[in-house]
Amino acid sequence: MKVSLFITCLSDAFYPNVGESMVRLLARYGVRLDFPPVQTCCGQPAYNSGYWDDARKTAATIIEAFDESDFVISPSGSCTGMIHHYPKLFEHDPVMRVKAEQLQAKSYEFTQFLVHVLGVTDVGATFPHKVTYHPSCHGSRLLGVKDEPLALMQQVKDMELVPLPFAEDCCGFGGTFAVKMANISGAMVTEKADHVLESEAEVLVGLDMACLMNIAGNLRYRNKPVRVMHLAELLYEGVERA
Amino acid sequence: MSSTAAGSKQSTVKQRAELALNDEFLRKAVKFTTERLRSGKKSASEEHGNWDDWRERGRQIRLHTIAHLDYYLNLFADNARANGVHIHFAQTDVEAVRIALEIAQRKQAKSVVKSKSMVTEELHLNRALDSIGVEAIETDLGEYIIQLAGETPSHIIIPAIHKNRYQIADLLSAEAGETLAPDTQILAGFVRKKLREKFLEADIGMTGCNFAIAETGSMVLFENEGNARMVTTVPKTQITLMGMERIIPSFEDLEVMATLLPRSATGQKLTVYMSAITGPRRSDDADGPDEMHIIIVDNGRSNQLGDPEFQELLNCIRCGACLNACPVYRHIGGHAYGGTYSGPIGAVLTPALNSNVAEWDDIANASSLCGACYEACPVKIPLHDMLVYLRRRKVESGNGSKLESAGMKGFSAVMGDARRMRSALKIGQFGQKLVVREGGIRLRLGPLKGWNTYRVAPSLPKHTFRDRWKEVDRDAQMKGKPLDPAVQARMEAIVKQRQQGGGHGHGGHA
Repeated sequence: MKVSLFITCLSDAFYPNVGESMVRLLARYGVRLDFPPVQTCCGQPAYNSGYWDDARKTAATIIEAFDESDFVISPSGSCTGMIHHYPKLFEHDPVMRVKAEQLQAKSYEFTQFLVHVLGVTDVGATFPHKVTYHPSCHGSRLLGVKDEPLALMQQVKDMELVPLPFAEDCCGFGGTFAVKMANISGAMVTEKADHVLESEAEVLVGLDMACLMNIAGNLRYRNKPVRVMHLAELLYEGVERA
Repeated sequence: MSSTAAGSKQSTVKQRAELALNDEFLRKAVKFTTERLRSGKKSASEEHGNWDDWRERGRQIRLHTIAHLDYYLNLFADNARANGVHIHFAQTDVEAVRIALEIAQRKQAKSVVKSKSMVTEELHLNRALDSIGVEAIETDLGEYIIQLAGETPSHIIIPAIHKNRYQIADLLSAEAGETLAPDTQILAGFVRKKLREKFLEADIGMTGCNFAIAETGSMVLFENEGNARMVTTVPKTQITLMGMERIIPSFEDLEVMATLLPRSATGQKLTVYMSAITGPRRSDDADGPDEMHIIIVDNGRSNQLGDPEFQELLNCIRCGACLNACPVYRHIGGHAYGGTYSGPIGAVLTPALNSNVAEWDDIANASSLCGACYEACPVKIPLHDMLVYLRRRKVESGNGSKLESAGMKGFSAVMGDARRMRSALKIGQFGQKLVVREGGIRLRLGPLKGWNTYRVAPSLPKHTFRDRWKEVDRDAQMKGKPLDPAVQARMEAIVKQRQQGGGHGHGGHA
């Protein structure tokens, strides 16, 4: 049984602790992750900007990287969601299209795998902090990952989960949107960070480092000491603490 | 600012958004009302109980109707004619305007009272009527305010959403010739009195159309103020303008639409007035027009037929839920979109109706692709995907930006190969040393300018995940436990099921 880690370029380069937490957490359940080093990026920046030829080049590296895998797990609903676009991206290529559909069927966002495949909701973590959760758009709306993170968080001991006002609103990242429409994106992230502060949480947790990088960047810019982390990090840290 | 329609093509969405972002009144007003509407929609749909089933029913009705649009349009036209309605088909905006003006001239009309209609906005019909000396008066309160301000609607169903009570009081005071208090009852009372005279003297009543029922030839209007009732009963002549896609097959289908539309639009269980009008006044009717015309407008709609990526656009029932859900709309309002239709639906519909990927498509970039529009849509139009298709069509048609195109080539060259990606990261880790302070980058230069105006950018850590992989794997295995046989069996079953063609879904909601 080959369970492969699709680390995503952002977590690979900027947030190695997210992948590390996933590897260590899953090892506790006897799942040894495989890491195909030929993997790169899902291709979403090119796809979303309309450069599908360029997106196909990067998508092909991902499809090839996980050709042999039985399960592909990633710490991002957005990058997993991008894999769901692969069949459309290769709709005129019968060979790649089939491979794309196969990859889609075996791709899981981290919490989906934990809850639905391993059947785990209580990882045995303790995390004595006030935490709020931002449900990233692609994971929650396009993949339907809504209950899984909540089920996991509800089992964490000593953790106070407080509601994030207008939690379902986009943080304003949107990939190249944040660069092209910088001021609209800036207004959106400022509003999102306002809501985080309104929740009075010490920790903001989520399932997508791109969104979290965006919100954390704005909080830091405003010198607000809210700790921002991926749920995999929170769970593993909580396990270590317990 | 009636310049929105005319001036939009010269300015960019970015410039127009800038105006809105710097207008605190506008942002507060839009935020206030969209929040009220979307929370209303949320509770109305939750209360309904089977919302997603009904969305799917609505979608199926719209898919079926649009797939057989020629059949249902003919059926509608035949039945409406049998009811005594004059049916006109207009392929273009120019043609639709010409037909409407000819009727007005034949009737020697001096004034027209209008109920809310986005399609007449699309045709700029008020301006055309004015050009032949016919006064057109909007009788929907929001539309009336916008007309007084010389603006265009900034929302599909709440045209004056960007104005607050005080601004509205100023506008109405100028019309009244006396100072009116910024009190909703006083303001609405003034408009009611003023419009009453206009209804009585109007020669023509002009309406849009929410749904046209093919099996009976009826046109159906949803409204909350009763003004559309006045418009369709008092004047001697009625002209209805409808987009050619407003058709539904039967009254049974209307039940689904009447469930979906008001809840999605305002959170109302029912619209206050729902009128189905089946022909002009009959001899034993107490009121109603003697002559009734329906102008069926194409104006770019049929271009979507047979286009697998955009045909579903014609499923839209114009409820405005996507605008209320959209975080971009909330910050920039409707005028920034530069067309008649704003928000996510407008960002797609405007270029689609104009078959124009070069000029209008910059509005397709004004989205973070968050999918809130899709989630809010009562007929599940995948607007977030369509925005990407628009961007792609621009690139494919050779209208993409040269700088971005070069950037994306670089992106795919680096990201298409893990070794090149690694080298790029090494260069980044080394190069950033000049600009990193306390683990972050605050420099506002080049591509970081926009980002760092609102944020601190993260710096690259010393080691990537792949640098650390071998060590992490070894360490994790030392502390690891064996795989539970039950889990192993489940995993094998999933793989097997997948090979037999099942196993999608993963227990999620999507």
